[in-house]
Amino acid sequence: MEQATPDPERQLQPAPLEPLGRSDAGLGVTVDEEAERAREEGSGGDTMTHNNFWLKKIEISVSEAEKRTGRNAMNMQETYTAYLIETRSVEHTDGQSVLTDSLWRRYSEFELLRNYLLVYYPHIVVPPLPEKRAEFVWHKLSADNMDPDFVERRRIGLENFLLRIASHPILCRDKIFYLFLTQEGNWKETVNETGFQLKADSRLKALNATFRVKNPDKRFTDLKHYSDELQSVISHLLRVRARVADRLYGVYKVHGNYGRVFSEWSAIEKEMGDGLQSAGHHMDVYASSIDDILEDEEHYADQLKEYLFYAEALRAVCRKHELMQYDLEIAAQDLASKKQQCEELATGTVRTFSLKGMTTKLFGQETPEQREARIKVLEEQINEGEQQLKSKNLEGREFVKNAWADIERFKEQKNRDLKEALISYAVMQISMCKKLSGLHLVWTNSYLCFSAL
Amino acid sequence: MSPWSNWETETKDLILPNGGTPAGTSSPASSSSLLNRLQLDDDIDGETRDLFVVVDDPKKHVCTMETYITYRITTKSTRVEFDLPEYSVRRRYQDFDWLRSKLEESQPTHLIPPLPEKFVVKGVVDRFSEEFVETRRKALDKFLKRITDHPVLSFNEHFNIFLTAKDLNIYKKQGIALLTRMGESVKHVTGGYKLRTRPLEFAAIGDYLDTFALKLGTIDRIAQRIIKEEIEYLVELREYGPVYSTWSALEGELAEPLEGVSACIGNCSTALEELTDDMTEDFLPVLREYILYSDSMKSVLKKRDQVQAEYEAKLEAVALRKEDRPKVPADVEKCQDRMECFNADLKADMERWQNNKRQDFRQLLMGMADKNIQYYEKCLMAWESIIPLLQEKQEAKFPVTAVLS
Repeated sequence: MEQATPDPERQLQPAPLEPLGRSDAGLGVTVDEEAERAREEGSGGDTMTHNNFWLKKIEISVSEAEKRTGRNAMNMQETYTAYLIETRSVEHTDGQSVLTDSLWRRYSEFELLRNYLLVYYPHIVVPPLPEKRAEFVWHKLSADNMDPDFVERRRIGLENFLLRIASHPILCRDKIFYLFLTQEGNWKETVNETGFQLKADSRLKALNATFRVKNPDKRFTDLKHYSDELQSVISHLLRVRARVADRLYGVYKVHGNYGRVFSEWSAIEKEMGDGLQSAGHHMDVYASSIDDILEDEEHYADQLKEYLFYAEALRAVCRKHELMQYDLEIAAQDLASKKQQCEELATGTVRTFSLKGMTTKLFGQETPEQREARIKVLEEQINEGEQQLKSKNLEGREFVKNAWADIERFKEQKNRDLKEALISYAVMQISMCKKLSGLHLVWTNSYLCFSAL
Repeated sequence: MSPWSNWETETKDLILPNGGTPAGTSSPASSSSLLNRLQLDDDIDGETRDLFVVVDDPKKHVCTMETYITYRITTKSTRVEFDLPEYSVRRRYQDFDWLRSKLEESQPTHLIPPLPEKFVVKGVVDRFSEEFVETRRKALDKFLKRITDHPVLSFNEHFNIFLTAKDLNIYKKQGIALLTRMGESVKHVTGGYKLRTRPLEFAAIGDYLDTFALKLGTIDRIAQRIIKEEIEYLVELREYGPVYSTWSALEGELAEPLEGVSACIGNCSTALEELTDDMTEDFLPVLREYILYSDSMKSVLKKRDQVQAEYEAKLEAVALRKEDRPKVPADVEKCQDRMECFNADLKADMERWQNNKRQDFRQLLMGMADKNIQYYEKCLMAWESIIPLLQEKQEAKFPVTAVLS
């Protein structure tokens, strides 16, 4: 059963925009217009297939995984898995696809790409990577990263990650992303040259740090709350599901024990022999049917996991808003305090505590010239502060506008995807019930027919 | 191979050996109707029924000394041995136990059906729970029906008294010896004689019963483990479903679909619980019953061996007396008589037992398969019913960012 991946046909501009080197408040008006255009064209369906202003469509696939050995940064031997990424361009007219690029990447490079996107697009809910280590496993699945089943599911997850980016109206046009797909050598250096690590706000990494923000946008506060709850509920769901799978496996496997004893019993019976033999055989078939069932369920679990990780991305955007608002409020506070200081100096009243005030009291009044100098400095600072506050305010408003746009897009996507996931889960259950009910019916009829002989 | 070995074949393609076809499509009804037809065929063997016994209506009696359950026994008969055409009496487990011992005593050459286990570990099983009482009632009913079906046992005096007497205790106290001639005779068979050669057919029966009981024991253990695993699975399911409800409370458009899934899993959990209960109440008791049956049958075989041994020993003793053409003394003739009767009775009972066993197990296995099918059908219905709910399209919401201001 396939994951609910977005349509694989993408459009990518070969010469995309340069990534931002300036403020981290978003791409400004340009992005917004394009995003809106993309949304308008994509209304009622995926945005992916209808961006008609691009020149050609592309298909991306992570088609293979390979074990490799190499030397790491500390010159030590290490084993890792490399993934083959193939890009095909699709001719508009006849739908034929031609392989345009093919290169190998390892998981850490995907991580690098994502970290870069997180810094340069803080207002976007950046698609998550598949898990680094296997979690929520039930006993049969190995938690080993080298396990072929895990590698296979990771391959699918990485493909999904790239498709998500390619189908995002803003992210798909990023140059670094384009190079990720096309430039095998030197890509890491190119990313690092953007200097994105320096731009990263380390405070964003401190997940648990709280900032006393007086006037956050209520929508973001609510959304952060929602993302926390979503994370919690999906984690719980995945944990219990894994236990359910474990128990179900146990039930089926014990049924397998019937096979042998029914066979042995049939050996001592005359008339009942054939019927019992057939019963034993069917018990074996029943017991072995669990493997396929649980494999199908793993795909469902992966779909849920993607949204578990998406919740974190959602939370990151909220945090960014919080931080910006915090910086804004601090700056405003600072400005207000400087203005007050200035006023006091001018009028001669001392209400605010200042070191100068203290020393003045202790060592005597300062000269008018000294006071004038101080006022001048403060006035300059106040001017600067007002400019900064103005731009911070603007940045903040832009951020809120752009982020909320992407959040709305994300919400629609989430509802669509999860509904699809639930439907295919239900379909899976239905098909399982039909299969097993049919199995029991067959052996019932076979037994009765043997009895009638 | 046979047309029904490929499970994708529709049941309506199956042709029964007698030319009939199962009615309906692949629904549980078809297998039970097939079962019914086969049972009907089994019953038609010329015997007309003139005795019907039913055990039902369990009632709890609370006395100062003890609390116990009685069951109503209803008898309908046209036999001359019964004064009235219909009787209704109340009996408790110890009365059944009394009946069984009396039957063993008075009809030692016959196979007496088993009773459900006498003792239950207090604290582990609730002797007065509905499930336990119902399971016991079914077993007791089976016990009496088996005796009713037996051409010799059903005419036993003790059986008659059990069915008809107003107060059984009077009879118990009187200890009326209503032993048959055979019973009397076998009672005095002394052990201690060693058997030379067991006739092949009885040796075969002994071996068969050994293996049979062993296999049933294994099946019982597997079944118990399955039930245990199913219960543990059920515990997890009961936690799994509600998480979808919790999630649903966070969502807008997804709220109904998630709630639907939660309810669905709840329904499946309930269906599983019913299946597990059925296994405990219907499947396990029958396995245990046949294991007990095998045990009591082995004792009867031993007794038969003793009878034969005594006869052979006495015969040999006579042969050793150096007499010219000795007349076989009366008591040796009696022994031979005894042995031959025993063998005949036992052979007839074994054949009857084999037939009944085939029918009982067919019903048991098919019944379990049917219950499983019903379980899957219930789950199927639950999931199918939420598909339309999941596919429901909600009103398209306009993206907020259409407003640029």
